[in-house]
Amino acid sequence: MNIPQIPVGKLFENIINWLTTHFEVVFDAISNGVTAILNGLEFLLLLPHPILMIALMTALAWWLAKRSVAVFSAAGLLLIYNMGYWISTMETLSLVLSAVFISLLIGVPLGIWAAKNSLAERIIRPILDVMQTLPAFVYLIPAVLFFKLGPVPGVIATMIFSLPPAVRLTCLGIQHVPKEIREAALSFGSNPRQLLFKAELPVALPSIMAGVNQTIMLALSMVVISGMIGAGGLGNEVLKGITQLKIDLGFEAGISIVILAIYLDRVTQSLGKNKK
Amino acid sequence: MSIIEVKGLFKVFGHDPKRVFPLLEKGLNKDEILKKTGCTIGIDNATFSVNKKEIFVLMGLSGSGKSTVIRCLNRLISPTCGEVLVNGQDLMKMNKDELLNVRRSTLSMVFQNFGLLPHRSIIRNAEYGLEVAGVPAKERRQKAQESLELVGLNGYEESLPRELSGGMQQRVGLARALASDPDVLLMDEAFSALDPLIRTQMQDELLALQARMHKTIVFITHDLDEALKLGDRIAIMKDGKIVQIGTPEEILTHPADDYVKRFVQNVDRNRVITASALMRKTEVITIPKDGPHVAVRFMQKRGVSSVFAVDSERRLVGMVTIDAVLKLERAKKKDIQPAVSTDIYVAGPDTPISDLLGTAMTAKYPIAIQDEQFRLLGLLDRATILAEMYDEEEEATTPLDEILSDNENYAEEKEDDS
Repeated sequence: MNIPQIPVGKLFENIINWLTTHFEVVFDAISNGVTAILNGLEFLLLLPHPILMIALMTALAWWLAKRSVAVFSAAGLLLIYNMGYWISTMETLSLVLSAVFISLLIGVPLGIWAAKNSLAERIIRPILDVMQTLPAFVYLIPAVLFFKLGPVPGVIATMIFSLPPAVRLTCLGIQHVPKEIREAALSFGSNPRQLLFKAELPVALPSIMAGVNQTIMLALSMVVISGMIGAGGLGNEVLKGITQLKIDLGFEAGISIVILAIYLDRVTQSLGKNKK
Repeated sequence: MSIIEVKGLFKVFGHDPKRVFPLLEKGLNKDEILKKTGCTIGIDNATFSVNKKEIFVLMGLSGSGKSTVIRCLNRLISPTCGEVLVNGQDLMKMNKDELLNVRRSTLSMVFQNFGLLPHRSIIRNAEYGLEVAGVPAKERRQKAQESLELVGLNGYEESLPRELSGGMQQRVGLARALASDPDVLLMDEAFSALDPLIRTQMQDELLALQARMHKTIVFITHDLDEALKLGDRIAIMKDGKIVQIGTPEEILTHPADDYVKRFVQNVDRNRVITASALMRKTEVITIPKDGPHVAVRFMQKRGVSSVFAVDSERRLVGMVTIDAVLKLERAKKKDIQPAVSTDIYVAGPDTPISDLLGTAMTAKYPIAIQDEQFRLLGLLDRATILAEMYDEEEEATTPLDEILSDNENYAEEKEDDS
């Protein structure tokens, strides 16, 4: 007997095709928005002389984290500049920051919603599971179909990939606000908005900041992968290293990514703790 | 006049709570209903009223429903049915804005684990209620400051809650509750998380504050001692039901049922201060080793006029006074025995001091405390017993002057009584 195959892949393809033809305007608008954020950031990051920028980034690390992190930042960033990867690194940084910005813009409110509404949580949770277990490369396909090649689909794929921790840790943080604090806020006559902004969000802040940190780290790992669809930056350099078997190029770009990753991790980690 | 009235209050936790009522009418108890429906009875037909300016204590063990009741008073928990009247207005019929207003101006709450906002300084915690009510920054800062001074926390305005001890954190909780000058304070096991010494201190301070501010206080506790000390009236809860409401005196003397009786007995045993806690060690002379000369020297050296005499096993044989020994000494007698008087009272170390009061008032000499082997442990004099009894009484009474000086209040209270 011949059991007919269920056309899962075909179905998905049809949906994507239907979306691309009918929602082109929407995708164009998104594309324009993302391009604007991306270009703005890139312009800002590349505006000062690299040495000045390195000094600024080191100062930020010193202010937010501690001296050892600042020393590492200065040394690492100078090495990147010296190897000649400054522009690629800043491109990558602006890709990461754009994706993280959009991720948080969507993720934090979703997390709040999931924490407040059990139905929303029941719907959002499995979607997040799927998003986190789906191989990262799979995101590249719809991104390319909707947004063609270049940095924009790179940002979109990165944004989707790095969204889950922002949602999850916001939700977790708010759900773990002690019951008495919530009751106290309510008993003194807080309305729902005051409850959220004056009590719940500040108390959940460490957890939310952990989510921000995770989002940034995931975004950085995805940005490299999205070099495959022409997102530019360090991902491109690594890819070149692989395809042309240039060990030196691949290694140098790889080191630059690691330095950037450590910098972002240490600085954002201390953001959550640094509240007096 | 009552400020809070609760009538026929029920709270059923679980799915579709209304179906529980027919079963309750049939007389099924809490456990049977839980088994049958999966619903938990939190409050079972509670009816009571709280008078203006009194401390009303809701007492019960954990799971008795007292915390649920107090949360129904400001609708942190919505009752399944029943009426909650605050200043004559039914809380259940209020819309959201009216409810917010009542919470902001009439009722405020103090929590067991303080419920302070960890990211806010002490003063910003204290002004929270005023802040959400939209009071201008300058005014609310000033009110919060006054309220912190009231609980003795000036100087800590800019500290964070975690930098303060438990007792001080609860003062912040109290200051926050007082800042909006509410009519009613709801205190949910407010002192239960504090260690015993701090707890007693906070109870005293609450009473002192109450003597000045005359708030209405609904106080929840699982500790009958605390209830007796603080409460003008006490409601005892068990399994969601209120089993007795009365003054501390009524609760102690006429417990409504066996449950309350057991509670009260327990407390009485704990409350009593025994002789061993108050007695002091004393030096003694040993008979027949020490003669009259030794005894005189002993008393002269210590400036006392009498001393207990014991035998070689430290068993009490009597009391020797300076007059009697001096006579023997002048007569050049070697034997002290004729000077030993047995006109003294003896008690065991576990005797409650209230039982010793009568004896202490009449006896000439301190009471000797002996263990079961008749060995002398120490002595207890009248002054010590009286001081202890006085201490206890001081908490329960107010000088008449204080009442009279607050004339207006006195008049009002008299009206209430009539």
